[in-house]
Amino acid sequence: MSEIALSARGLCKSFGSLIVASDIELALPAGARYALIGPNGAGKTTLINLITGMLRPDAGRIVLDGADITALPPEQRVKRGLVRTFQINALFPHLTALESVTLAVCERTRAVRTFWRKISAYRHEIDEAYDILAALSLTAVCHRPTRELAYGQQRLLEIALAMATQPKVLLLDEPAAGVPREDSAELFKAIAGLSREITVLFIEHDMELVFRFASRVIVLVGGRVLVEGTPHEIAADPQVRAVYLGRTMGKVPHG
Amino acid sequence: MIPKSGIRFSEEIMRQQSPMTDQALAAPRDYLQAQIRWQWGEIVFWLATLLPFVLTPSYLVLASQIAITALFALSLDLILGFCGIVSLGHAAYFGVGAYTAGLLSKWGFGEPLSGLVLAALAAGIFGYLSSFIIARFRHLALIMLTLGLALLLQEIANSASWLTGGSDGLQGIHTWPIFGRFRFDLYGYTAYTYSLALLFVVFLVARRLIHSPFGLALRGIRENTTRMPAIGAAIRGHIRTIYTIAAAIAGIAGALLAQTTETVSLEVLGFQRSADVLVMLILGGTGRLYGGLIGAAVYMIARDQFSGLNPQFWYFWIGLILIAVVMLLPGGILGGLSRLASRAKDKP
Amino acid sequence: MPPVFGVLFDGLAYGMLLFLLSVGLSVTLGMMNFVNLAHCSFAMLGGYVTVTLMNALGWPFLATLPVAFVAAAAASMVLERVFFRRFYRASDLEQCLLTIGVVFVSIAAAAYIYGTDQQPLQLPAYLRGSFVFAGLNFAAYRLFLIAVALCITIALIAGIEATRFGAQVRAAVNNQRMARGLGINVDVLFAITFALGSGLAGLGGALAVAMVGLDPSFAFTYLIYVLIVVSVGGLGSIAGSFAAAMVLGLSDIAGKYYVPAIGSVLIYLVMIVLLMWRPLGLFGRR
Repeated sequence: MSEIALSARGLCKSFGSLIVASDIELALPAGARYALIGPNGAGKTTLINLITGMLRPDAGRIVLDGADITALPPEQRVKRGLVRTFQINALFPHLTALESVTLAVCERTRAVRTFWRKISAYRHEIDEAYDILAALSLTAVCHRPTRELAYGQQRLLEIALAMATQPKVLLLDEPAAGVPREDSAELFKAIAGLSREITVLFIEHDMELVFRFASRVIVLVGGRVLVEGTPHEIAADPQVRAVYLGRTMGKVPHG
Repeated sequence: MIPKSGIRFSEEIMRQQSPMTDQALAAPRDYLQAQIRWQWGEIVFWLATLLPFVLTPSYLVLASQIAITALFALSLDLILGFCGIVSLGHAAYFGVGAYTAGLLSKWGFGEPLSGLVLAALAAGIFGYLSSFIIARFRHLALIMLTLGLALLLQEIANSASWLTGGSDGLQGIHTWPIFGRFRFDLYGYTAYTYSLALLFVVFLVARRLIHSPFGLALRGIRENTTRMPAIGAAIRGHIRTIYTIAAAIAGIAGALLAQTTETVSLEVLGFQRSADVLVMLILGGTGRLYGGLIGAAVYMIARDQFSGLNPQFWYFWIGLILIAVVMLLPGGILGGLSRLASRAKDKP
Repeated sequence: MPPVFGVLFDGLAYGMLLFLLSVGLSVTLGMMNFVNLAHCSFAMLGGYVTVTLMNALGWPFLATLPVAFVAAAAASMVLERVFFRRFYRASDLEQCLLTIGVVFVSIAAAAYIYGTDQQPLQLPAYLRGSFVFAGLNFAAYRLFLIAVALCITIALIAGIEATRFGAQVRAAVNNQRMARGLGINVDVLFAITFALGSGLAGLGGALAVAMVGLDPSFAFTYLIYVLIVVSVGGLGSIAGSFAAAMVLGLSDIAGKYYVPAIGSVLIYLVMIVLLMWRPLGLFGRR
């Protein structure tokens, strides 16, 4: 029985009369690749915000690696290995790619506490940042400010920032969002290359990604978990089809 | 090949990358190092600060005042330009420093350097305490809190006239010679040397700070406050640190003012002073360390030249310039210059 | 007359004045998040319009009030169209600086045209003096001020709650993107609201002359009070502005009367404490 890396029990959140999360239960085994899907407004990003601590739940608990983190602020959760990426790029426009990732590494190693040594003296951190960028094929542009990068490269930088924190559990919020087909190969390669030690939860609309990477799918509708199962089971599920109202969910790959 | 860093991409993907040679790894470090090197423009700037001794010796008193104000603007740049904290009340710390040095001298101990140290300490403590409030808020609440704290301090100083002299200001300040040898003369030689030396030293400290990992974190806060906690940054702690440092530096500037002019009045804490330094910083350009220095110089030289004018006219033109800078020249003088420079570089 | 009633009455009048001056800024800040530090310049304009019409052209006091309103509203529409419109998405800092620039220019212009002295204002006879009722002294002008402010407050609340325009304003303050999605022309709505709010400020400025005086520093001095009211009351909330204005007015008058030594310290302390407790304002939305 593999251990559970991340679990959420009974998560509830409402804004006045608007219920955005209703008694959500979630359990991610270590090393798993799960996908979270659901129509727009189902509360997927809200769930991520609840799990990462950007929103405080009205009720429920979140357990990371056996420890209850419900009361921890977001940065503490990151330090324990619970990391997310953003659906809409949350990058540092005027920092170069290398500076951005170096910053993330320095935050992790606590190098940011020092203000009396030049950053170029931190070989270890800079090298690590460079390695991460290399793994994502971003080294050619690593000295350009983030806002000058192509959109696909920025999405890769999102992942690079997350990787710099050495995550144990990684929540990817629509990593391929807005990336044109031609450029998404690099992204898919990066996602495929993620170590099996990391537990990953994707939010995705792109069913190709879901079928390619996820071993299990959770369907979220109106703030509740509708059903959970393997991608094939979900694709065939009549409830899920009804929810998507006849919208095609992409080809169901054979095999 | 396993890379030194041990990041957790799978073996597969690491194998696909070409092996890193030490040569390739040296490149990113060197690039960052190159960015931090002293540029010729900076050297010219600091050499130029020595010119008043030779070219305009009758203006040394003004020059010392410019150096002091430049130091104050530098301290504001640290929180505003590099960290994105909009403060309408930074004069609070300037004033604390001024009153500390002034009171120390009035009570009989006019040694300048220890006055500076104590002023920095006092202002730093005030800064540290207020940083707990400042770090928790953003947008309008933050602006109002900075304003409110400064106004509160000024009101208290006004009421505590037994200590501060109220609206009459502190009397009886006499600054002893520096190191026991250099008296403060009427021409301003000592004053300018003293202020300029301090400006330079503090500037070096600020420069090192900006180019440290901490400085990078500050810029991260400025660039995207949402992303920072998502990479594990404790924003509030960072803000508290830089706010305290900036307050201490503002305190040093205030103490310099008290010591070189031998007067301290309530306006050192006032909104006018906070607003003026903000205008100077914007004029020069935020986030570039030199912006405050250049803005202060331009502003104060202009004000001196037009001092014959009605104060009304002065604020009329400052208002127009402010509007013009915001609309047409974002990034101030230095921003405009750097745009010109990059355009010149692009031309074949 | 027991001092408490005097303080309450004066505090109430002062609070009403602050409300008139602040409500426009609160709503426009809540709707567009545009930090307009020049708001009190419009108030000052209204004051100078009234003074000019009365002293130079001999107009009766009451007749100048609508003109003050319209003049301030018109001036604000011009500025909004020419400058402010481009800065709705700019940073807090840029908006602050732009509008501070406008304040500087307005103060300088006022000083140039009118000089720096207090403007004299001769109220009509029926607004001078005081009434005695149930053993208590009520200054006539303050009664008038309270009455006018109450009427306007009722009109505002009725307008916001009961008209279609009001509903659109509420929607836009609540969620701008959604309001646009519903087909509401937020830009036009904002321009109108901005004009109305500035007009009210102008009216407030006109009414303020007889109570607190008028000189070019008005634009700054009262800006601070207005900002306190707006930030404590909550952006976009009329009720919030009202409550905060009352609290501020009463504590300021009470503080100055009972403990004159500490002067304005009380309101700054109150503001700091309230903002720390509720950073988005008493009635602000989370």
